[in-house]
Amino acid sequence: MDLITSPLYDAFTPTAISFVLAAIGLNIHFGYAGLLNFGQAAFAAVGAYGMGVAIASFNLPLVVAILVGLVAAVLLALVMGVPTLRLRADYLAIVTIAVAEILRLVFSTTFKEYFRARDGVSGFTGSFRSLNPLPDSMDTFLNFSRNDLWVMLVGWPLVGLILLFVWAIMRSPWGRVVKSIREDEDAVRSLGKNVYSYKMQALILGGVIGAVGGFVGAQGLASVQPDSYNLDFTFIAFTMLILGGAARVMSPVAGAVIFWALLSFLGELLTKLSSGDNPIIPPEFMTPDQVGNIRFAFVGLALMLLMIFRPQGLFGDKKEIALDAR
Amino acid sequence: MPADMDKTDASVGARAGLRGLATEPGVKKPDPILVATNVSRSFGGLKAVDVDHLEVQRGVITALIGPNGAGKTTFFNLLTGFDDADSGDRAFNGKSLNRVSASKVARMGMVRTFQLTKVLSKLTVLENMRLGATGQKGEKFWAGPFAFLWRKEEEANSDRARDLLRRFKLDAKESDFAGSLSGGQRKLLEMARALMVRPELVMLDEPMAGVNPALKQSLLGHVKSLREEGMTVLFVEHDMDMVRDISDWVVVMAQGRIIAEGPPDSIMSDQRVIDAYLGAHHDTDISELDKAALEVEAMAEIDTLKKEGR
Repeated sequence: MDLITSPLYDAFTPTAISFVLAAIGLNIHFGYAGLLNFGQAAFAAVGAYGMGVAIASFNLPLVVAILVGLVAAVLLALVMGVPTLRLRADYLAIVTIAVAEILRLVFSTTFKEYFRARDGVSGFTGSFRSLNPLPDSMDTFLNFSRNDLWVMLVGWPLVGLILLFVWAIMRSPWGRVVKSIREDEDAVRSLGKNVYSYKMQALILGGVIGAVGGFVGAQGLASVQPDSYNLDFTFIAFTMLILGGAARVMSPVAGAVIFWALLSFLGELLTKLSSGDNPIIPPEFMTPDQVGNIRFAFVGLALMLLMIFRPQGLFGDKKEIALDAR
Repeated sequence: MPADMDKTDASVGARAGLRGLATEPGVKKPDPILVATNVSRSFGGLKAVDVDHLEVQRGVITALIGPNGAGKTTFFNLLTGFDDADSGDRAFNGKSLNRVSASKVARMGMVRTFQLTKVLSKLTVLENMRLGATGQKGEKFWAGPFAFLWRKEEEANSDRARDLLRRFKLDAKESDFAGSLSGGQRKLLEMARALMVRPELVMLDEPMAGVNPALKQSLLGHVKSLREEGMTVLFVEHDMDMVRDISDWVVVMAQGRIIAEGPPDSIMSDQRVIDAYLGAHHDTDISELDKAALEVEAMAEIDTLKKEGR
């Protein structure tokens, strides 16, 4: 793999899809409704664990397992939202960040016969993989495994359908109320709308989409581990959203694809520049084993430049951002 | 048009009902739309609102005046559900407003505007107006994605919104972002948007603040026309010309209490009102006066702190 194919590959993997979906969910929360959810990882986690445990421990059919994951996400949204959505935005941020960490610790330390601690849940992909219509000969097609291709074949159209739904609901009067709440809750309240109920609906919708991301990620990796759903997960999803531009239907996808491609490109480039007999970057500055971390520093730099010169994100509309950098 | 005649007649009747009433705080009105009894609200040790009894006559324009920090806006918030009273009863059209949420109060037909206008600046003027319509099917989550379910209703709402915008001379701005409007135009938009809710009682919090004199006249006209259409108006205002010009009844608050009420002419010459505005101690020495002013100022500050804190 080289500088071109590696980024392309990384931008379309099942893992990328799961982040795309997490970012679409965050776009509903943060981009449209102005809800600061720093616990999107928790929604993906309950989706992945809900589906994984339902199949691995209880032998439920795939469809039922997916329902378990979705119901878990709705319940999680209620748990986060009921105490905080009547309060100011900062409280939701605090609660979501705490809930996400608590859940991660619960998954890694309790109910070990179901959650399998740090080993993670596995052995739940059988029913999904048995539906795979792709021939065995495609096992190395474009360097993807046959299983990954199947997840992608389902995952990307799913992303498309969800985007269509987001587009349709955000141009509706429902979307208008939600976007107005982002701007001024009291104004919306004074016009007779139940602001609390709309915020809850938005929190549930975005959370459920995040849980779907959890399904796709789990099917792609064939295991569910607690540490995949740490704070980094949420912040990477936020980075993608802000990169693409909040409150635009397509921007989480564009942001995620660009993010993965950029990360992968930087990894390849820095590895090439720092390795070999006579590296362009001398080992005093950087060795190939430091590339993994340094590329994140570059992503951070890119994000800073973006905030300074284009705060609305690559595809955002400056007139319509919650993140007002003026 | 006979329908309009009826409404005008009603307002004339409602105004006539105020004639000859005793001009004392808490006087009973012949046809009250809004009644507040023993409403109190304190912040820390200061009682911001302590109203024994107030009735607002249906179909007329009532002004609520008082010096800074008198508790007018706090009282407004208590009546509209934006704040909870410590005690007391409030009722609109005979239905209790105690512990009723702000959005429910609006749906009951009592819509307010804000001292600092709250137009949604990143929405267009027309979208601001459409937001005001209540009971929209398209605002339901399950109906949202399916445009055919709400398109007709949306068109009807848009037509009504455009009619109102024409009346408020904002029709040329319908596709501009509300954030690009001037301060006065925002006041007009907020008032027009409130009418989209089809209210019975319109509560205006300082409708004249920050409005240039040219626009003031047309705003006055708009407020009067609300009364002609059968709506009741209760407004908070500092502009005494406006109060004298358009109000049928004036309620005066000072230090959280209602100290006087009556027709505008008699209120303007009422000794208690003059005292409240100039300071009740204007014949005592200067340090006493300072103390009174400080107290009023502190309450005003609490008022704003509370508002920002929410």
